[in-house]
Amino acid sequence: MKSLMLTLTRGAIAAALTACGVASALAADLKVGLSVSLSGPNSSLGVPYAKGMQAALAYKPEINGRKVQLIVLDDGSDPTTAGRNARKLVEEEKVDVLMGTSGVPAAIAMAQVGRDAKTPMIGLTPILLDANENSWVMTVAQPTQLMIDAVVERMKRNNVKTVGYIGFTDAWGDLVYNALMKAAPEAGIKVVSNERYARADASVTGQVLKIVALRPDAVMTGGAGTPGALPFLALQERGYKGGVYGQHGLINPDFVRVVGAAGQNALMPTGPVIVAEQLPDNYPTKKIATDFRAVFQKVNNAPTSDAFSAYSFDGWLVFADAASRAMKKAEPGTAEFRVALRDAIFSTKEVVGTHGVYSFKPGSLYGVDERARVIVKLDNGQWKLAP
Amino acid sequence: MTWDVALILVTDGLANGAIYLLAGLGLVLIFSVTRVVFVPFGDIAAFAALSLAAFETGRVPPTIGMVAVLTALALATEVGGLLRRGEAARIPKAVLMWGVLPAIPCVLAWLAARPGVPVAVHIAVAVLLVVPIAPLLARVVFQPIADASVLVLLIVSLALHFLLSGLGLLFFGPEGSRTTPLTSAVFTLGDGFTVSGQVVLMVGAAIVLSGLFFLVFERTVAGKALRATAVNRVGARLVGIRPVRTALLAYGCASLLAGLIGVLIAPVTTMYYDSGFIIGLKAFVAAIIGGLVSYPMTAVGALAVGVVESFASFWSGALKDVIVFSLLIPVLMLRSFLAAHSEEEEDEVDQ
Repeated sequence: MKSLMLTLTRGAIAAALTACGVASALAADLKVGLSVSLSGPNSSLGVPYAKGMQAALAYKPEINGRKVQLIVLDDGSDPTTAGRNARKLVEEEKVDVLMGTSGVPAAIAMAQVGRDAKTPMIGLTPILLDANENSWVMTVAQPTQLMIDAVVERMKRNNVKTVGYIGFTDAWGDLVYNALMKAAPEAGIKVVSNERYARADASVTGQVLKIVALRPDAVMTGGAGTPGALPFLALQERGYKGGVYGQHGLINPDFVRVVGAAGQNALMPTGPVIVAEQLPDNYPTKKIATDFRAVFQKVNNAPTSDAFSAYSFDGWLVFADAASRAMKKAEPGTAEFRVALRDAIFSTKEVVGTHGVYSFKPGSLYGVDERARVIVKLDNGQWKLAP
Repeated sequence: MTWDVALILVTDGLANGAIYLLAGLGLVLIFSVTRVVFVPFGDIAAFAALSLAAFETGRVPPTIGMVAVLTALALATEVGGLLRRGEAARIPKAVLMWGVLPAIPCVLAWLAARPGVPVAVHIAVAVLLVVPIAPLLARVVFQPIADASVLVLLIVSLALHFLLSGLGLLFFGPEGSRTTPLTSAVFTLGDGFTVSGQVVLMVGAAIVLSGLFFLVFERTVAGKALRATAVNRVGARLVGIRPVRTALLAYGCASLLAGLIGVLIAPVTTMYYDSGFIIGLKAFVAAIIGGLVSYPMTAVGALAVGVVESFASFWSGALKDVIVFSLLIPVLMLRSFLAAHSEEEEDEVDQ
């Protein structure tokens, strides 16, 4: 009896292995290599990216009848590891496309590997690279300028004439400030201060006092995540009555938790997926965004509350659209296919994603337009569309 | 700058200075008794704050597990040492001291981690929970190398900081937390100038605790033993004071201070797993102003650091920390100019 069981078990294992072998031989057709931060300080972004990608795989597991294989690696929030992951993916796994990652420096490291190995890379964060020298990379994220333009437009509509700025001392603070300085003069708005604070600071009382003393009509903040809540709390403490504006770096449940009542009525730009249910029915991204919500819920057994997982989903859609066209020209897994895939991505026309409608063209990393942003208002801990 | 702005900045500075004062006292206490610059001090404060935040959201703080593991390690070290020396008869006492005593806060915390428990209990348990951390770390890590040079001790303590902040990231995640204020009272002084109750509480706690410190050091035998060990370890030993025991007392007091700091600042700043380090660093500046030995000078230094920081953030937010840490240069120059150069370095080698 025992030996019979053993034989049966062995047989079952052998059968399973053969099945796996056959499956992988078929699945090897298209390969997507994803590197994200599943651990380390960026994991609060990286984990949603990975979950979003799983949802995308479930939503569209086949392209032109061919299976897509997803390989996920963890970069531990470290740009060096991200670069190494990218090299592993292109050299050992021979992926057709790279995707990632949760931080801008790490995404740049991956893009450079993609360029050297002639493999297209779809970035999921804004990437600061010269598009003309990096013809193998594109990103589904919105450029910062597009988002800040929306904020400045809103300020103008709310009759704001002067605005005080307070942001991080790092690259993100600079990026938002530069975008604000570019957009504000055109709208006739004067930026009266450029206050900075470090992510780890305990208090911004000094900076906020200075801003309040200048009496601007509104305050623009350039922070991200939970440290971005600090100016909101300090402004409330000092009884500031003007409007407080944020940007997309603050669209995060942890920010909402920490800012509490001080964030009431704050206005900020985001991709429309955050408020998918509240969009008008004729909004181009509404249907796909609700589909995404449903499939995410089914795959991960939890609702989406962030913008990051949706970027992964959009990256997948852009890839799927381009791959279906590139497959007519070359066989997946070959160098010719990767060239065809890149050309196909750069000729993407009006692919509807959850964050926006994508049309890539050579010479630009970004592929979205005004349809990829809405202004939302924080109301009792919930994001409300502010049309 | 107008008067009311200056007044607000001074209040803010004093509130921060009060925190640096408590942290500075802890650092000076440990350094003067054991010659260890206890870098993980701030991490312990962060653990207290984040444990309190975990209680408030109805979670069991993972700190419990860490304290339990440290207890097991310390107990194993102690029992191992006793067995090697052939003093097996003292094992029951060691088990009581190193196994049972640090486990009490763990059990209390476990019981308190449920909804409906009053906030005051949560705060008390969060402070108690971190109290064993420094003595346990000291037993496992510092006691075996108590006679090493200051530099070795500093490097070990730096390594401990990285260990603790890594664990903090693992336990509490990368995002920060705030706890509900201990008091929502606001005092109005004169024309539109208000001071929040939390600030009053912070400054008050600093005054009361430093007063208690003064009393303990001047009036009690334990305090005098601590001072004696600080002045001269060998001499203290000769008159019957056990440096190991006084060191543990110092670590225990410092850990308690760190816990109090944690619960005091958690409502006014967003605490992250690594927030403690910068608090410890600024307290270290204050302690340096006190020459790492003088409590009153440390207190003055801490308040100065707080006020300078507050004004610096008004003048130039981006350069705030640069200004605060630049304070060290004139202070160090002045100290090296004024100090009588004793044969301190040789003492270290002899010990």
